[in-house]
Amino acid sequence: MARMKFSEAIDLAVAEAMARDDRVIVLGEDVPMLRPNLLACFGPNRVLKAPISEAAFTAAGVGAAMAGLRPVIEIWMVDFIGCAMDAVLNHLAKVDALSGGRWKCPLVIRTSCGGGYGDGGQHEQALWGMLSGIPGLTVLVPSNPADAFGLMKSALAHDGPVIFLEHKLLSERLLEYLGRMGRTTLDFDVPAEGIEAEVPEDFPSVPIGSARVVRNGQDITIVSLAVGIHRSLEAAKRLEPEGISCEVIDLRSTRPIDRETLTASVSRTGRLLVVDEDYRECGLSGEVGAIALEAGLRPGYARVCLEETLPFARRLEAEALPNVERIAAASRRLLTAS
Amino acid sequence: MLVDLLELHKNMYQARAFELAQAALWHQGLISGELHLGTGEEATVAGVVAHIVRGDGVALDHRGSPVLNLLGVDLGLMLKEMLGREDGLCRGRGGHMHLFSLEHLAASSGIVGSAAPLAAGFALAAKHLRPGRVGVAFFGEGAANQGMAMEAENLAVAWSLPLIFVCKDNGWAITTKSKSVTGGDLIRRAEGFGLAAQKADGLDVETVWKTAGRAFEEARRGHGPQFLLLSCSRLDGHFLGDPLLRLARRPLKEGGEVWRKAATAAFSGSGAAIGARAAGITIMLKTLKSVRRGRYDSREDPVFRSLAIIRKRADEVARIEEEIDRMVSDAVEKALAPGEGV
Repeated sequence: MARMKFSEAIDLAVAEAMARDDRVIVLGEDVPMLRPNLLACFGPNRVLKAPISEAAFTAAGVGAAMAGLRPVIEIWMVDFIGCAMDAVLNHLAKVDALSGGRWKCPLVIRTSCGGGYGDGGQHEQALWGMLSGIPGLTVLVPSNPADAFGLMKSALAHDGPVIFLEHKLLSERLLEYLGRMGRTTLDFDVPAEGIEAEVPEDFPSVPIGSARVVRNGQDITIVSLAVGIHRSLEAAKRLEPEGISCEVIDLRSTRPIDRETLTASVSRTGRLLVVDEDYRECGLSGEVGAIALEAGLRPGYARVCLEETLPFARRLEAEALPNVERIAAASRRLLTAS
Repeated sequence: MLVDLLELHKNMYQARAFELAQAALWHQGLISGELHLGTGEEATVAGVVAHIVRGDGVALDHRGSPVLNLLGVDLGLMLKEMLGREDGLCRGRGGHMHLFSLEHLAASSGIVGSAAPLAAGFALAAKHLRPGRVGVAFFGEGAANQGMAMEAENLAVAWSLPLIFVCKDNGWAITTKSKSVTGGDLIRRAEGFGLAAQKADGLDVETVWKTAGRAFEEARRGHGPQFLLLSCSRLDGHFLGDPLLRLARRPLKEGGEVWRKAATAAFSGSGAAIGARAAGITIMLKTLKSVRRGRYDSREDPVFRSLAIIRKRADEVARIEEEIDRMVSDAVEKALAPGEGV
């Protein structure tokens, strides 16, 4: 086992792919500053700094992928994908379908997401649910360094477009860059097991569309991802002495979703709680419920999600994000209701 | 209209003092997240804002507070907002990157480039509802490369909008030298869209005041949109604690891990040919070298420069500065006071 940090693990997967395959290039905003090791190793032709022109460099990434390269497109934050939405929605997601499956578009958009460090509603969104509604896309969201490595490895080997989301509370580098900036005067509720952990020595890839049961339990199936996994595990620990046994499933991939793992668990527990940092309405949490219903299950159902634009004030932010208290309370209610 | 240098200096000093007060609260951990100070933009801001009147719509970027400050937004309310208080300017919901004052028709956004089209909308509304009033967009030269900013330039001409684009050129697109990712020059680009474009030294407040004055006059008269390219500086990096700045100023203390990783990567077995690797390292060193420019109390510091010009009026300056210091510390005190909003 090797101990590794979250972002370091992702960088390693990218570096390995770049060393193996000349077609893999990195392009995007501030990449020389963000990926000095890749720049030093592969030079400026393959680590290409871009102007602040998300629409253009993302769409250029699509063209490059269609014409034979395998670009990793870096956008600072998933919030800024708004600027590049045409490329995402109408182009990279549609090349395969519109060409009748004859033309592939192998690229990865690597971008940061998520809140919990007080940066306000325009810079802390999750958006994985919104993006996962688009056919043709693969959306990956790791919760720990081993999965971060394994999922990026799969993303780089995939022959279609992948959006890879790096939660800022799990990335020591991004949290330092955007939250702490050398200060010791602020506290962040950072999941220790997410930010740095063991990675298996043989560095296995994690198959796209495979969820993982991270905790076994009998009474409730908690389905979550990214930071939500760590909050859910904490809640599960807290509920155990109360006699409530929680199973926790890490989705890891929000498109496609691993229906089998999900339904197998829910059919045993009979209760489903979705913990999702993305917006509640018309998104991932409803989708997970629908998957259970479509499988013929009729579980007790509840969700703990983001219900509003994330407020800037840190106290309000902590209340708005799925937190341990809200997860525990929702679990208790679910248990008394059914 | 005659230029009042003392008044302009006062406004610059007021902008500076308020930015530094925010920095102090940020360092104490009382303001969370990214804090992009407008230090280095004071002459640009003071020289332009002097021409803004009530009814003009102002679209701001992530360095919005100096403009709002000089538009007359209550400093205490703004600080309370940055502290996340319920009694803040936006009830603690927006934060320093998202300051909104309906009263002043001024709105900020952290999405780079978005001020340009927003101000086009302000200008369109002015044309319909408030003839003689204009829209003003503040954004950087890095933002000028956003598609929406260029589209807004074209739109403004196509619709003949009363709009002033204020492009603050500090040379940097976050951590990337703007020149290295910008084709052509921005004045010619603006002219290509059919805009009346002027370039001026944005570190010299008198020059800015005069240049902006002409642009506002033209726009108010219905002579179409104007583009100002004002070179300024970025004294505190992209945001406070900017790692690039820390790395450049204290390379050994701050840079240990970065250099170690880069060195390991540069000499690892796999990778590009040695020439390409050397080019990679060169880019990093060049970037760091250019960061070293832009210091307080130098030619890059607009407040320092203005002080040198009006030094003969030292007594008046001292009195004004004292007054502003008091005003800003009152605002800080008010913002830190316990109350319902905490």
